[in-house]
This record gives sequence, structure tokens and C-alpha cells, in this order.
Amino acid sequence: MNVFDIVGPVMIGPSSSHTAGAVRIGRIAGALLEGEPVRAHILLHGSFAKTYRGHGTDKALVAGIMGMAPSDIRIRLSLEIAKARGLDVVFGKTELEGAHPNTAVLTLKDAKGHTVTVQGASVGGGNILISEINGMKVEVTGQQDTLLVIHHDVPGVIAHVTNYIAAQGVNIGNFKLSRSRRGETAMMTIEMDGEFSRESNEGIEKLPNVIRSIILRPE
Amino acid sequence: MSIYYSVQDLIEAAERENKKISQIVLKEQAAELQKPESVLYKTMRESFLVMHQSVSDGIGPDMRSVSGLSGGSAYKMKLAVENGKTLCGKVFGRALMRALAVSESNACMGKIVAAPTAGSCGILPAALLTVMEDRGLDEREVVMSLFTASAFGMVIANNASISGAQGGCQAECGSASAMAAAALTELAGGTPRMAAHACAIALKNILGLVCDPVAGLVEIPCIKRNAMGVANAFVGAELALAGIESAIPADEVIVAMKRIGDMMPGSLKETAEGGLAGTPTAKRLKKQIFGE
Ligand code: SF4
Repeated sequence: MNVFDIVGPVMIGPSSSHTAGAVRIGRIAGALLEGEPVRAHILLHGSFAKTYRGHGTDKALVAGIMGMAPSDIRIRLSLEIAKARGLDVVFGKTELEGAHPNTAVLTLKDAKGHTVTVQGASVGGGNILISEINGMKVEVTGQQDTLLVIHHDVPGVIAHVTNYIAAQGVNIGNFKLSRSRRGETAMMTIEMDGEFSRESNEGIEKLPNVIRSIILRPE
Repeated sequence: MSIYYSVQDLIEAAERENKKISQIVLKEQAAELQKPESVLYKTMRESFLVMHQSVSDGIGPDMRSVSGLSGGSAYKMKLAVENGKTLCGKVFGRALMRALAVSESNACMGKIVAAPTAGSCGILPAALLTVMEDRGLDEREVVMSLFTASAFGMVIANNASISGAQGGCQAECGSASAMAAAALTELAGGTPRMAAHACAIALKNILGLVCDPVAGLVEIPCIKRNAMGVANAFVGAELALAGIESAIPADEVIVAMKRIGDMMPGSLKETAEGGLAGTPTAKRLKKQIFGE
């Protein structure tokens, strides 16, 4: 914790958990989709399902999907902006066993038909926890520069990636591997202690058996 | 050992170096975050500028929240001050006006600084901007006092909570008010020890306050509780500056707040079931907004 966790963040109201946190969940889903989203199917659970309209949670999630930060003043107009950009949004309610009360499940699709499904919760004070990406269990908070490396689940990939990161002089703060099934696609979640540049990320994408690498930065 | 686990450690650290709390906090945080002091100051100044802007944003006569439940009270307060109708003079009236303005701006999806939360975002800016205007203080001093406020907030967060869902409104508006009381004390030239007493007094006054937002929205009673929070921050600071001490030290008050929060039933911790949220009027408003 530091001073800016107490006085801060700069955000759009009304609620750090229902608005700012929701933007962050949307942003991560948006960043994971390859192209521009044309369709968003958003399922809300618990308190999110009950109160989303009054808190502007719907606007916040959509703003995030379009890449806006929690301090973007356009959040309140995001539904109109989405329409103008040709992003079709559908909201629904769901009940998820054992999920945090402020949970959303976002399924996004781009023009080329790529999709991504992200489940995340707003856990208080604008902090979030992404718990599932495309059916894989993850733990992404987005508080540090975080790399999500999607790769083929074959021997040696992890060593390649971590060695590459070490060669950039960046320390790994946290590492987690998720996979849907052994031998298929897997994903590394790597939290960095320092900044990780876009060029370095491009380097990772060129490593053997890496399918995609996405860098998430705290906004 | 971090200095943000006890108010006692915090003030002793300042006294040891014969500096203001804000100065040692800026120095310590620069080391902790491995960034120059000037960079941290700049970030804090940006928050200060947003606070300033959020007052102007929230003061318009046409402010209306998404739910339609709130808006326009800062404007009424402004008129009352301008027309000389306030009981406690212009300074206090303008403090209340600012707290309402920032808080209403938040309800209307405007840009604010969570301090420490969005629900309590009006208290600190109202307190600081009001003394800044009244005493003609430099921006630098006021920005620095935000480091003091944050330090007290960190101690509270480390030992209790700053979230209504966890500790009730005492943890949100109470913490904001205690942080503001300490910052005001420093700004007015009080010692670190006085700032600790101001924090203790302000927090003691709000102990037990539950979180019971109507329809679960950060509007009723939150907006008016921001006005109360700034008033209470002045109570804490004025008393401490007069040399009045809190019999119970700040650290013990914080632990008491934590215990009270733990004992509070879930229905009074942001679930919008009990307290004001359970009143007939609240239920009617809820139906009006969400249907069902
Ligand atoms: S009543 Fe609850 S939501 Fe409203 S300001 Fe207090 S703690 Fe925040």
C-alpha cells in the first residue's frame, strides 16, 4: 500500500467497486481480444446484477472494453459511443456458484470472429481480480505490468520466456501457469516488478511455441 | 519496519527528525516506490487539481445523478452562502458546499479523487480547499498536506478498514474525516502530536456509523455524510489546535473502530438492507429506480 492507494485513484464516480473496478475488468477483456470488438455479451452476477444501472456499471464495463481508463470522462457516454462505433452490447444476469458478489463475465467478439471470455470481480476500492480467461483459471489483478502469454503446452516454453524476460533486466514478481488441458493451449500470467516495454513484448511473441503475448499495464 | 502501522510511530518519526509528517512521508514513499520526490509530488498535485475541478463540476444548478436521486444541493448551499444566510459564516458554509459539490459530482459520474473512497470523496477536498482559500495558503503546502492525510489513512487501512462493506461508514466517511482533521491541523501549523489528536477526536465522533445506502447507490445518505464529514474534520482540528487532547490515543481509537466494524451486522455494511436503506421511503425509491 502507498499514499496513492489512499488519496487516489482519480476516477469517474459513483463507486470505486461498481464503476472504476468495472472499467478495469472491461479493459482487460478488451486488451485480450485481437481486433476491435463488434459484439459484447455481458453477464452480471450478485450485486452487479442488482444495481448495475444505478451505479453506471454497464457504462463502465463497456467503456473499459473500448479501452477507456477509469478516469475517462467519456464513461458516462460509453453506451452511445459503442453504438456509434458499431459495438453491439447485450446485458444479462447470471448466478455463479461461489463467485464474489461483484462479478461480471464478458464475452467479446471482433470482426474476424475471434472471441475471448473473461470472468472478473471488482473486489473493493477499484481493485479487481480476473479469475478466468477462456475457461482457464487465472489470478490477474492488473496492478503491475502483467504479461499474459498464450502458448502451446510443450516442454521448454516457460524457460524460453522467463530467460528472455531476465535478459531484459526485468524481475518477475509473480508467475502462474494455467492450462485448459495438458498438452493443449496454456497461459502464463507474469507480473513484473518493473516496466516491461512493448518491444520486449514483441520479442516474446517471436519465441517458439508462443501464440500471443499481451501486456497489461495499470492505467 | 513501516511507519504506517501506528500513528504513534508516524508522529515519533516526524518528531525525531523535527519535520512535518508530510515531509517524512514524502521522503519515505519516494524511497519505497523508488521514484524521486518530485515525481510523487507531481502525482499528488494532479490529484489536487482534480479535487479542485470536481468542486466546480459539482456546483451547477442542473446536476442530476443517473438514478435521479440526487443533485443540486451544492448549488443551494452556494446560494445560501452568497446571500449571507448561513449560521456559521461563509467559511463553514463554503466547506459544506464543497463537500456536497464533490460528492454530487461523483454521483453524476463526474471525475473525482477517491479519498479514501469514492463515497467519501468530498471530505478531504472540502476541508483543504476551504482553509486554502480562507488563509491564502500556497498550493504547495496544501498538496503536501495530502501526504499527511494519506499517511493517517494508511495506518487506518492497515489496522482497520477504509471500506464501507467491511467496516461501515465509520470506515469511509470516518476515515476521510480523520485524515482531513490531521491534514488541517498540519496546515494550520499544529504539531504532529496535535494532528494525531485531531485524527483521534474526529474518528471517535463517527464511531459506529453504519453504511446503509438507499438502493445501494452512493447517494443517500452518502452525499450529506460528506458534509457532516468535513464539519467533523473541523471539529477534530479546531479542538486539537486549541490544545485539547483525546484521552484515547488514535491507535486505540482505530482498533476500536475495527472491532465495532466486525460486530456490525452485514445488513448495515453496504448491502442496502438495514438502516436508512430499509426505510419505507428508501424501498419506494429503490422500486422507482430498478423496478421489481
Ligand atoms: S453510507 Fe456506505 S456507501 Fe455511503 S459513503 Fe458511507 S460507507 Fe460509503
